[in-house]
Amino acid sequence: MFSNILLAVTITFMYAAPLILTALGGVVCERSGVVNIGLEGMMVIGAFAGACVGYYSANPWAGFLAAGLAGGTLAVLHAVASVTFKANQTVSGVALNFIGPGLSLFLCRMFFDGATMSKPVPRQMPKLALGGVFSIDVTFIIAILFTALTWFILYKTKWGLRLRAVGEHPAAADTLGVNVYAVRYAAIILSGMLAGFGGASQSLAVVSLFTPTVISGQGFIAMAAVIFGKWTPHGAFLACIIFAFAQAMVVMLGGGASSISPQLLSMLPYLLTILVLVLFVGKAVAPKANGVPYEKGAR
Amino acid sequence: MSPAAEKDYAVQMRGISKYFGAFCALNNVQLSVEKGSIHALLGENGAGKSTLMNILYGLYQADTGEIIINGQRENIKNPNTAIKLGIGMVHQHFMLVEPFTVTQNIMLGMEKTRFGGIMDEAATRVEVQELSQRYGLYIDPDAKVEDISVGMQQRVEILKALYRGAEILILDEPTAVLTPQEIGELIHIMRKLAEDGKTIIIITHKLGEIKQSADYCTIIRRGVYIDTVDVQQVDETQLASMMVGREVKLTVQKEAAHPGPAVLDIQDLTVEDSRGIDRVRKLSLQVHAGEILGIAGIDGNGQKELIEAIMNMVPAKTGKILVQGKEIQNHAPADTLDAGVSTIPEDRHKHGLVLDFTVAENFVIENFKKVPYSSRGILNLKEIRSHADELIEKFDVRPAGCAPNPVRGLSGGNQQKLIIAREVDNNPHVLIAVQPTRGLDVGAIEYVHKALIEARDQGKAVLLVSLELDEIMDVSDRIAVIYNGTIVDILEAAGADENHIGLLMAGGKKE
Amino acid sequence: MKQIEKALRRPITGIFISIFMGLIVGAVVLAIAGYNPVAAYGAMLRGVFSKPKYMVQVLIRCTPLILTGLSISFAFKTGMFNIGAEGQAIIGMVTAVVVGYCVPLPPGIHFIVVAVASMTAAALWGAAVGLLKSRFGIHEVISGIMLNWIALYLNNYMIGMAWLKKPQTEASYEVLESSWIVMLQNWKTSTAGREWLLDGSHPILSDVLIKTDLNYGIFIAIAAAAVIWFILNRTTKGYEMRAVGAGSEAARFAGIRVDRNIVQSLAIAGALAGLAGAIVITGAMPHRITTLTAQPGYGFDGISVALMANTSPLGVIASALLFSGLQYGGSAIQAELGAPSEIINIVIGTIIFFIAMSGAFKMLADYLEKRRGRTDVQ
Repeated sequence: MFSNILLAVTITFMYAAPLILTALGGVVCERSGVVNIGLEGMMVIGAFAGACVGYYSANPWAGFLAAGLAGGTLAVLHAVASVTFKANQTVSGVALNFIGPGLSLFLCRMFFDGATMSKPVPRQMPKLALGGVFSIDVTFIIAILFTALTWFILYKTKWGLRLRAVGEHPAAADTLGVNVYAVRYAAIILSGMLAGFGGASQSLAVVSLFTPTVISGQGFIAMAAVIFGKWTPHGAFLACIIFAFAQAMVVMLGGGASSISPQLLSMLPYLLTILVLVLFVGKAVAPKANGVPYEKGAR
Repeated sequence: MSPAAEKDYAVQMRGISKYFGAFCALNNVQLSVEKGSIHALLGENGAGKSTLMNILYGLYQADTGEIIINGQRENIKNPNTAIKLGIGMVHQHFMLVEPFTVTQNIMLGMEKTRFGGIMDEAATRVEVQELSQRYGLYIDPDAKVEDISVGMQQRVEILKALYRGAEILILDEPTAVLTPQEIGELIHIMRKLAEDGKTIIIITHKLGEIKQSADYCTIIRRGVYIDTVDVQQVDETQLASMMVGREVKLTVQKEAAHPGPAVLDIQDLTVEDSRGIDRVRKLSLQVHAGEILGIAGIDGNGQKELIEAIMNMVPAKTGKILVQGKEIQNHAPADTLDAGVSTIPEDRHKHGLVLDFTVAENFVIENFKKVPYSSRGILNLKEIRSHADELIEKFDVRPAGCAPNPVRGLSGGNQQKLIIAREVDNNPHVLIAVQPTRGLDVGAIEYVHKALIEARDQGKAVLLVSLELDEIMDVSDRIAVIYNGTIVDILEAAGADENHIGLLMAGGKKE
Repeated sequence: MKQIEKALRRPITGIFISIFMGLIVGAVVLAIAGYNPVAAYGAMLRGVFSKPKYMVQVLIRCTPLILTGLSISFAFKTGMFNIGAEGQAIIGMVTAVVVGYCVPLPPGIHFIVVAVASMTAAALWGAAVGLLKSRFGIHEVISGIMLNWIALYLNNYMIGMAWLKKPQTEASYEVLESSWIVMLQNWKTSTAGREWLLDGSHPILSDVLIKTDLNYGIFIAIAAAAVIWFILNRTTKGYEMRAVGAGSEAARFAGIRVDRNIVQSLAIAGALAGLAGAIVITGAMPHRITTLTAQPGYGFDGISVALMANTSPLGVIASALLFSGLQYGGSAIQAELGAPSEIINIVIGTIIFFIAMSGAFKMLADYLEKRRGRTDVQ
């Protein structure tokens, strides 16, 4: 029994890492006033870059960094569209959800002899064994560190103050000489990097290769976590733990021991997301300028 | 102009032109402001005052012309440059981040930091308090902006500029949201700042305030420079005619009212907002057929909730709303309409019109389900079109023949005409108008006022809500003063005293 | 100059520029990867136009996309982003299989019953998204995505049912032939039909009828587009929904019930996606559902179709043809050159990306106008 609990915690933390990192990206982006529905696509490209570089370099850390770079690069597209060209941010995000997986699969076929799956990486991201079944993925520790760091930057530094101001009232920030466009570019690219790390946490820690379905809705679950967590890093962190726990339950209960259909169990994280939003979203207040392109003089 | 004379000027703008697309907002405009003076910039809505000041503050770039600050020719590319040159601006719509504290709002963009990026809020707080005491600008540095009064928000805005070392202060329509008492305080603060050597430019279209506060006044009309005058040398009528380019009657012409029975009867109405706070408290009010009842009050004293409750946009917590004796509270919005209540809403763009719909479509938005505009669920486009053509002609909505055009392309005045035409054409028992002249030019304002009086003369009960006390006093037959969700007094408009009403609006006791 | 500005402001120009840019970016990616873009696009064109049966395949593939594209366009007009069309289509497919397999009915009537059942089930699935939005303020994109995954697992769960699962497969039983809408199905499988088709004198017909599942679905889809156009533009319900989409607050102030319209519009959108699912099952092989490991994509592709059509109900027909042409032709790129067919996803993603940026074309027009305006004055 006790070892079952430890196992549940282990699995929860493992599944939580990709969600947390991606959700932090969502927090940073939306706090600057840009909706990022493309998190899913950024996660996919991160998962691919992580697995691909991880395979060829045999170094998971190199893969992890490459994933951040790939996610950040894809995010540049979103920034150009939604900041410079004031595009519909939802549509631009949808485009990224095509381009991200499309590019990943295209490159996967290039690098892995026409297969849509990568080969397994020789070394996964390390785990800290804590005795028995209990272990903690290093990606989860990274996620904790990034959560703390994001919190500190948002609330204790001038960059955070400016980012939040831009998300609430960009015109006010603009009149005080804060470069709204630069802040939003930085926030979007940062969110892409975090989502890239999130994707790599999936392909380098949860599993050890890239497949077309390695990311299946986690980006959207992370978006839900942002809302559930009221656009705060710590809130999103806790929300992700809850969602990850639901995924861990799927694994734990789906092991044949229970009588519940694994297909029905698999619905659990998605049902839980909806349920949680039904119960809590009414009290959440989004950043005021979220989703609204900023145009100088259009006040 | 001799070089020696230039030294006395804090700001000179010469030959400024600015285009938005093909629209010429400013055409060869000039402005010279003496150091240490209070200089008014007068013009109608849309005359280009704010555009000129936004250029001075670096928010826009002029297409032609030069700017000279303290005798130096400067290229002001962005607000940062302006701030460095000692220019500060207080915008009409406050530029404050609501969930931030007063201190955070003041430090934003100029944060004191340690180790390169970590904010030192405590140090800023001390400095802000020093500044606030020096100029008598009382504020609470730790309060969140969303919780403080409009007057304090304005003081925060002024402090923001002073904190950045502003020597030249631009105030855009600073009195629009203040009570007469607060306006008095503001003028006092401006005088104090001017005595301290600061230069102040106020943008306004209120003639009385210019006479009270300013030394000089520059008039702009439709993007063109008209004149700069010494305020002591001119009277209000002269200023007004320079502003609009013709003689204007400063009062509204109307016959005495012949009020009939009460048509709209509100009894002990209480309405709460989304946070569960009572915004309208046991309010009672009657509006009679054939009269205009004006509700005077400062923004946020329950006007919005009162109107929304009548419109059935929000529920009434307690009390009754009767139209011709029939209760309508806590019904659907469509029931208010059916009971004969039509509303000209405050926010034209958001509440009054579907901007991407055509003019014709907007005309039937309340009636599209009725014959002849549709039958059995199928629209009759021909009828909708001819209905629009008829109203466009009758109410002089321009351009003529605009029925198939999207409403977005119409000017603000014509959009408002469309709404008035639609609501009056409903032939309601009660006509509600909320801030019906906001953002309109003088010609359109006259039109709106006339339309309200005409509706009154046809025997409708007219309820006018406005934050402009002048408008309330000019147009209404009776004035109800709202404060903190209740009607504190109802006065006959004829012979009402502006200062007395101002006092009531601010929560002062009845005489 | 003026003509260019005017053209740049037209939505259709933006769409054509976006399609062009998509193909350019695709070519650049192909070139970087070491493939000849001209050869690749040539293979794509041959893959669509070289044989009648290829063109018919494109037609068959575009049928559900017209319907899901329509679903998404319709919801867009009412201000909703129906990303849940994917799940609604799955629900339509599952329902079609259950009704098509379990309820024996005469031909013709059977399809109608299947279609109505699929549309009803998917309409409820869509209305759930609307309800979550209007009652609880949950963004339709998030609840839509969640319901997509729930629909996927529901599909797999149903296949697990002993009465529906075909033994030794990861799929359900095929639906009864009485529910099929394949064109001339009885005749072309009869001896007389086969003889006539195979006697060598009708190469095109034999190619099309024997080698493809050409079906009546395309006519249903086109009719649906016309009906949706009519509802939106000529009925009071459509007026209401467009008013809610274009200005929900103004609609509310005019006495229109916004909440109810949101639910209704997503129900109609769901029904359209459900019809797509029904046609997928009854129109072509394999006439059954299989265990899904990833989303089948009808709804997601419908998003691209709707965006490329600028959410015009009639434009959806053209853009669905283009979309399925690109995808079907894209597989020829892989067959002929060995270049990954995912290049087409990159092309499509780029097209949507540029459509999202269509504001840029208007900005360009503004810039040109401003430059001209200034020279006019000087």
